[in-house]
Amino acid sequence: MGEFVIKMPDVGEGVAEAELVEWHVKPGDPVREDMILAAVMTDKATVEIPSPVNGTVLWLGAEIGDTVAVKAPLVRIEIAGEGTEPTPVEKPEAKTEEKAAPKAEAPVATPSQPAKVEAKAETKTPAPASNGVHVAPERLEKALASPAVRLRARESGVDLRQVTGTGPAGRITHDDLDQFLARGAQPAAAPAGLARKTAVDEIKVTGLRRRIAEKMTLSTSRIPHITYVEEVDMTALEDLRTMMNRDRKPDQPKLTILPYLMRAMVRAIADLPGVNSTFDDGAGIISRHHAVHIGIATQTPAGLTVPVVRHAEARGIWDCAIELNRLAEAARTGTATRDELTGSTITISSLGALGGIVSTPVINHPEVAIVGVNKLAVRPVWDGTQFVPRKIMNLSSSFDHRVIDGWDAATFVQRVKTLLETPALIFVEA
Amino acid sequence: MKEISCKLLVIGAGPGGYICAIRAGQLGVDTVIVEKAKAGGTCLNVGCIPSKALIHAADEFHKLRSAASGRSPLGLSLANPTIDLARTVAWKDGIVGRLNGGVTGLLKKAGVKAVIGVARFVDGKTVDVETETGLQRIRAEAIVIATGSAPIELSDMPFGGSIISSTEALSLKSVPASVAVIGGGYIGLELGTAFAKLGAHVTVLEAQARILPQYDADLSKPIAKRLGELGVEVFTQTVAKRLSADGKTLLAEHNGRPIEVPAEKVLVTVGRRPVTDGFGLEEIDLDRAGKFIRIDDQCRTSMRGIYAIGDVTGEPMLAHRAMAQGEMVAEIVAGNKRAWDKRCIPAVCFTDPEIVTAGLSPDEARATGIEIKVGQFPFQANGRAMTTLSEDGFVRVVARADNHLVLGIQAVGHGVSELSASFGLAIEMGARLEDIAGTIHAHPTQSEAFQEAALKALGHALHI
Repeated sequence: MGEFVIKMPDVGEGVAEAELVEWHVKPGDPVREDMILAAVMTDKATVEIPSPVNGTVLWLGAEIGDTVAVKAPLVRIEIAGEGTEPTPVEKPEAKTEEKAAPKAEAPVATPSQPAKVEAKAETKTPAPASNGVHVAPERLEKALASPAVRLRARESGVDLRQVTGTGPAGRITHDDLDQFLARGAQPAAAPAGLARKTAVDEIKVTGLRRRIAEKMTLSTSRIPHITYVEEVDMTALEDLRTMMNRDRKPDQPKLTILPYLMRAMVRAIADLPGVNSTFDDGAGIISRHHAVHIGIATQTPAGLTVPVVRHAEARGIWDCAIELNRLAEAARTGTATRDELTGSTITISSLGALGGIVSTPVINHPEVAIVGVNKLAVRPVWDGTQFVPRKIMNLSSSFDHRVIDGWDAATFVQRVKTLLETPALIFVEA
Repeated sequence: MKEISCKLLVIGAGPGGYICAIRAGQLGVDTVIVEKAKAGGTCLNVGCIPSKALIHAADEFHKLRSAASGRSPLGLSLANPTIDLARTVAWKDGIVGRLNGGVTGLLKKAGVKAVIGVARFVDGKTVDVETETGLQRIRAEAIVIATGSAPIELSDMPFGGSIISSTEALSLKSVPASVAVIGGGYIGLELGTAFAKLGAHVTVLEAQARILPQYDADLSKPIAKRLGELGVEVFTQTVAKRLSADGKTLLAEHNGRPIEVPAEKVLVTVGRRPVTDGFGLEEIDLDRAGKFIRIDDQCRTSMRGIYAIGDVTGEPMLAHRAMAQGEMVAEIVAGNKRAWDKRCIPAVCFTDPEIVTAGLSPDEARATGIEIKVGQFPFQANGRAMTTLSEDGFVRVVARADNHLVLGIQAVGHGVSELSASFGLAIEMGARLEDIAGTIHAHPTQSEAFQEAALKALGHALHI
């Protein structure tokens, strides 16, 4: 028997390390070739790491949440025949060391613990399998549940070891399983009714959530934001959009407001190129981009991601819409590549129907501008003689006040407003 | 050559194989089962069922003889009972025949095609069967190996003549004057006891320090005592050597000194081996676990699409384990999610008195490092046991000390085999001592001893 060592692969250009976000195997598991072992996350994209060999997992080189350097050993697999390393020795030298620390330590100090949701209830914890008692693996680590509960769990794909039993000795009842299934993989809560709840759920910030947190901290601590809100009469654009959607060809996607906004921004940027910049505040250099790569802040099941429509300046309205759909889908299903999630020069933030009246978008560092789209609503507007119903939408836009003056910010937004209110201008040859 | 194909092919129609085939048939899986002899396997034809028939006949005869001896405390008396063993065996064969037919009928009802003949692997998806009407080739998406086990033969004393295995012991035409039993495990003692009750002079030779070495001494003690009462001679730390020249005496070595044991028949019960030869298993080269075929928790072997169940996969070699595996594999083949998640496989030893075990013994539980509580209740203090002259033995419950989860239950006593159901149920359901203590057990029954044992472990037994 030999040993095969899988190292953290080079997951992208210039990436020196990646965060381990998911293990699909544990020591002792048999693995087959091409089976997914782990998922790692770089700045934005998640990459799955498959096994190149058949064998049995001996050792995992990191815990969830650890940052692992490229080329550091990640998994050791026992294989038939010659291995890649003669002697299994020490752990990788990546930043994965101190995790042998006792689990009971304050969670703040140990960023390298596995991601887990712990219910710190003051109530008696059932089934004390811990307190130093060594329990025979096969026979007692089985979840305590009747055969009927076990069958239901297996058919529902539930690992009963994750279900908290409320019965005697921690026995898992049908009700426990029902609640678990209803709640998803959350820990059991106290029974219904008006009762004091003393539990605190500690949720470790890992993976995408950690990236978002870091990014937001960076943006708001470094960038003095100025936010400017303007009202836009979208009635004409909505008429145009309705008509274009009605007459679209079968292979054309349904248009939303966003492609129009993107095109309007491209036109406005031509007049005010300063907003399409990135500011390296360390080096003191503003890079004014001729390409317009528009990031689209997108909500995914895992959290906020920003897929990028590249070269919006070279895309027509339909092309923008197609690319937008493709990227949104990729982001939602987690299949977006690292390249598709980086390199934007300006960003749009849109919550659609949840857009509210006003928002204060946070600039996507190191960009200098972000355009926030608020909810479109029919409002009464005084046209000089009477109130008329108009489709009104606010744009809430933030700018890096270090490099964009208020005047320029306002001018940019006014330019976008004009283009949207008179949509023909968007299509006029420049 | 005829050729058929199916979704599931089961090789061997013992309890594991036929259950697997019936369940698969019920689930609508196109299933073929191959059996070289009669449906039912060892269990039904030459194991569990016929041995229990013989044991029952011997028990009945022994009761009559006790009454005839004038020593019956019940006040019974009669004169000179006799037994016609040929008729006993015929009655036993009738039961076996009915069950054979029953299994065949159930397979048919489930829509399973049965092929009689000797199977032989061609490759991992193809099996050839030599049938009476010629060679039949069967191609299957999934194959279940359920070939069972066979008695182990002693190289110095191969089966034949007066040297018999359990199979022949169940079909003797008359009661031998003397039987030497080599191997004091449960099969040897079950049959040895039966022959003693039928009137044979029985000697048991066991290599280890005590009989039933797989059970703890507390459990085996009542059996040893009863063997003495029945006149069975037990030699432990004894190794059988060979038959004498006239073939009437078994020569053995007891603690290093030679002994001679009268032996009209020598019953060899030194264990069973998995049947892994004679059906082309070498063609597919499956991983082994010792002599057995290695399986995972879904009974999958090292080759995709090939499953193995029952005795061929290892200990404990019990029909009900094979049945549970067979049922599980049928569900898996039908596409359902199943895996082996049993907490215990109860085991019954039909000696006099009987032994039942389920889950962990006190020693096994302690070996895991858990702190335990043990409660033991003797049948001497059980009214029902007293009224049936069955005061030997006890029920013992092993539980975790911290949360009282029942880890194991053992019993020795008359008729305790029927208690195995509640023992198994208690463990599978995850009962605590309080659950058993809090369940009303009908009076007067032997099962009360189970409740009392739980109460004893909790520190407040009522009848002791």
